[in-house]
Amino acid sequence: MIHFENVGLRYGMGPEVLRDMTFDIPKRSFQFLTGPSGAGKTTLMRLLFMSLQPTRGLIRMFDRDIASIGRDELPLLRRRIGIVFQDFRLLDHMTTYENVALPLRVRGKEESSYRSDVIELLKWVGLGERLNVLPPVLSGGEKQRVAIARALIDRPEVLLADEPTGNVDPPMAQRLLNLFIELNRLGTAVVIATHDLTLMDRVDARRMILSDGRLDIYD
Amino acid sequence: MTDATDKARVEKATRDGRRARTVVLRPMAPIVPQANVSGTALIVVIAIMSFLCCMTLGSVFMVQDTAKAWQGQISREITIQVMPQDGVDMETTLEAVRTSVLSFSGVSSARIIDRASTARLLEPWLGDDFNMDELPVPRLVVVTVDEGSPPDTSALREALAISAPQATLDDHRAWTGRLVAMARTTILVGVGILALMLSTTMLTVIFATRGAMAGNRHIIEVLHFVGAESGFIASQFQTRFLMIGLKGASVGGALAASVFLLLGVWQNASMATPLNDQATALFGRFQLGDGGYFGIVAVIALIAAMTTLTTRLTVIRTIEEIDRERANPSMAELE
Repeated sequence: MIHFENVGLRYGMGPEVLRDMTFDIPKRSFQFLTGPSGAGKTTLMRLLFMSLQPTRGLIRMFDRDIASIGRDELPLLRRRIGIVFQDFRLLDHMTTYENVALPLRVRGKEESSYRSDVIELLKWVGLGERLNVLPPVLSGGEKQRVAIARALIDRPEVLLADEPTGNVDPPMAQRLLNLFIELNRLGTAVVIATHDLTLMDRVDARRMILSDGRLDIYD
Repeated sequence: MTDATDKARVEKATRDGRRARTVVLRPMAPIVPQANVSGTALIVVIAIMSFLCCMTLGSVFMVQDTAKAWQGQISREITIQVMPQDGVDMETTLEAVRTSVLSFSGVSSARIIDRASTARLLEPWLGDDFNMDELPVPRLVVVTVDEGSPPDTSALREALAISAPQATLDDHRAWTGRLVAMARTTILVGVGILALMLSTTMLTVIFATRGAMAGNRHIIEVLHFVGAESGFIASQFQTRFLMIGLKGASVGGALAASVFLLLGVWQNASMATPLNDQATALFGRFQLGDGGYFGIVAVIALIAAMTTLTTRLTVIRTIEEIDRERANPSMAELE
């Protein structure tokens, strides 16, 4: 589904921050992306989300070479990807419910068709009582769960989550992990960038370890 | 969305078998927030610029109407001056001139300025106790002509040369020419000022809109990343900023129209007062007419359209910038 081949990336004239990345993200797969701070996890997540283009190498997303994807096609491809940003990127003037419903709203769906799904998902992530709350009032952990719910609401083919459990307590981290596992069982490929070794030990999944701009994969 | 405006929407949580509970949601918020500080500031900026623009437009229309009125008043009249001559009775000559002039087609009326009126005309220079018979005071016949088919002035001159050789005809051509030139210059200057004012308004609106939009970049980014197409994002912002533009421009335009209306009412209510006479002589009648009001509506529409277009272009440019960062990672690093 996603294929990287000899991918490298440098910022400006600086050294390559990612080098010779060659790997696949198969359908229905589950993997953790880990490595020390500054290793390039977020940059690799951005490459996977197509918000950055590599300076060399080939990336194929959903059987399309991303170098040949037009600007107009990009939003349509991104609809197949769910992303949880490290900084959440919630809209402060929208409630929890409205933030989660946003991806469906921009796809032109009627509210009546997704209302119960959004409420159910928010209950599942423990925010059933916070439907009408605006993000500035939410705690870091709650914001994170809203961001996760927004990424999952349209059942993406791939879920990219950058430190999705960084701001939640262990029981909630386990609950969110269960949610990712359940989503994976339903057919979504999951990539979780994390530092949390405890979290990784809870699932027998592929580990992609970034170090000095290089990637080692342990299946 | 059909249900989006419902005050309260209720869902029953029955899926997990728990006791049914009502879930009340507020009406769906617009994607672009309705009120923020920059939006209010933009409305105020647009209202002020629209007011100034409409005032300038109205003033140009007013000057144009006044210039036309002056020009019309002078070209509607011809003055015949009859010099006194020894042995010739002035009143008989004046009557002969009047009769001769009235026989020409295109002459609507001819009026002899009588002795009393002539004395009043000379009063500012000669005082009120002078004897007109002691001075060779010329007398006037004021001829009103039909503007549509004016009389042949050279034929009039020839006829006067026969009936009253001491009479001279002044068709005000020199004055009319000067007034026409002055009126045209005034209107040209007014149109120039209006063009400058419109350009300034447009530039101000463009920069103020871009300023207000700068605070919304994060919304564009989020929408872009959750899969919204450029057209969808642009339409959301356009609608919001069209309303801002219309609101601001309408307030400014309505204020300007009110100023003209109030001044017109005041002018009508205080006729023949020194202040009114001075104001009327200086500015003319404070009446906009259909053209003026149409112009104000056009200015409002133009400003609203500019706001909308600027918003659209700013959204598209922001999305292009995001995509440029994608293509050139060094730009993303600088962010």
